[in-house]
Amino acid sequence: MPSGATVQAAATGSPPVAASLKNAYVRFGSFTAIENLSLDVEDGAFYTILGPSGCGKSTMLRLVSDLIPAASGEVSIFGKSTEAARLAREFAFVFQDATLLPWRTALQNVELPLEIGRKRGVKIPISEKSPSELLDLVGLSGREDALPHELSGGMRQRVAIARALVCKPKLLLMDEPFGALDEMTRDHLNLQLLKIWQETGVTILFVTHSIPEAVFLGQKVLMLAAHPGRLREVVDIDLPHPREIKLRDTPEFTRHAAHLRELLETC
Amino acid sequence: MTMVDKANPGDVENDETTEKALIAEQKFERRRKIESIAIPIGTVICLLIIWQIGVRLFGVPTYIAPAPSDVAEKLVSQFPILLANFWPTLLEAVLGFITGNLAAVFIAIAFVHSKSAEKAFFPIAVFINTIPILAIAPILALIFGPGLTTKVVIAAMICFFPTLVNMVRGLQSVSPQALELARILSASKSEIFWKIRLPSSLPFLFSALKIAATTCVIGAIVGEWIGADYGLGALILDSMFNYRSPLLYATVFMSSGLSVLLFAIVSVAERRIIRWHT
Repeated sequence: MPSGATVQAAATGSPPVAASLKNAYVRFGSFTAIENLSLDVEDGAFYTILGPSGCGKSTMLRLVSDLIPAASGEVSIFGKSTEAARLAREFAFVFQDATLLPWRTALQNVELPLEIGRKRGVKIPISEKSPSELLDLVGLSGREDALPHELSGGMRQRVAIARALVCKPKLLLMDEPFGALDEMTRDHLNLQLLKIWQETGVTILFVTHSIPEAVFLGQKVLMLAAHPGRLREVVDIDLPHPREIKLRDTPEFTRHAAHLRELLETC
Repeated sequence: MTMVDKANPGDVENDETTEKALIAEQKFERRRKIESIAIPIGTVICLLIIWQIGVRLFGVPTYIAPAPSDVAEKLVSQFPILLANFWPTLLEAVLGFITGNLAAVFIAIAFVHSKSAEKAFFPIAVFINTIPILAIAPILALIFGPGLTTKVVIAAMICFFPTLVNMVRGLQSVSPQALELARILSASKSEIFWKIRLPSSLPFLFSALKIAATTCVIGAIVGEWIGADYGLGALILDSMFNYRSPLLYATVFMSSGLSVLLFAIVSVAERRIIRWHT
């Protein structure tokens, strides 16, 4: 990992850094949620974020996505401030709950980001794929006109992913997106997400509390420690891509999972 | 429909049994529907028969309590008069419904966008709501005169408060995550309003409109009691003072029919507009 890369280097393009945090602190009143977090997120990589509850996993995503401000320190996305990156739609967010608008069909939900700012003449990036092609990409062709309550939890989350991709984000922030789904659906969506990642080249920061999910998806696992939330270790997962479900039964996978479990216990 | 997530290869052999189960379910569903209509209608018919027999059996004078057959006879023979008095009340009720609800919706929007507006005016709205409509009606009659306006204002006032409260709740019912999504998309205040807040509030608005659909008729009739030469309310007073009980009952029946009509219109509109579950 090019941990020495600076914001300036990212702006000129080499080595490419998607997001950069420098001595970032997040405080809620007197409570320190994140302490002195410094990290360069490599462009195009798949990061999973793991840690005990209260370690600030979600807070870190919210910090990067400009939902909450840093108390001190610097956070930048592709060399820009988080606010500038948000206005330019350089990143998208997938919540744990699909957060679809219940009165809109699947297709209309995917189209929502394109409608926001259109009348104000805001220039936003648009994916080469049309909203209905994005629904195809997440395996929902034929369900364009379904309302969210007519879809299963897994399908709703896939609509949310298609919606996140419609503005062609360079960085995709995912906050336990599959946490509420059953095991089978989760496996299926994990594979689909890996496929999307490889096709689009988007950088992904993926929060999870499942060790197998963290190992299976991530090229790198960011292990956070709690009280206060801080970066404990960055673990490289040197398993080859493309990954298949049966990878989970290999000794290498088990070794990584065991290592992470040990780390987690000492966090 | 949820089977896409978990492909089930054993489905083929089960086709026949599922079809049978489906037909059985449809039959059951149809029976349930027929029952849900037939039972209340049967009950009403039984009650009417008991009423008819009771009145005749005990020789109750018609001016105290007419038999259903007397009422039905008047409903047919006096129908032109009933209808002539139906239209003014309908007009007053509908105009009151529209103005009262529109005012409530706009004020709710103002409340949601400005906390100080809410602090300033909400107590006043509560205070006005606590005044019994019958008590305030004479005041309104003095202000607005004996014409249409008084009736419309009374009908509007009676609709106003439930819609205001529901609409404020509806506009605030947006989930925090939907607002975070809006923030990530850098949505403007007006985009959040039109694309998220307003649609979220519609189920709340419609439950208030269903209340208003029946109360606006009460408002119009109360308005007519204060002073009117025509309308169902005027006909009720007139037939009461003249001991024309069958006509009185027939008029009451028409009034309730008006409420049912307005309620049905709002319900149909609701079903058309709100196709999502909340």
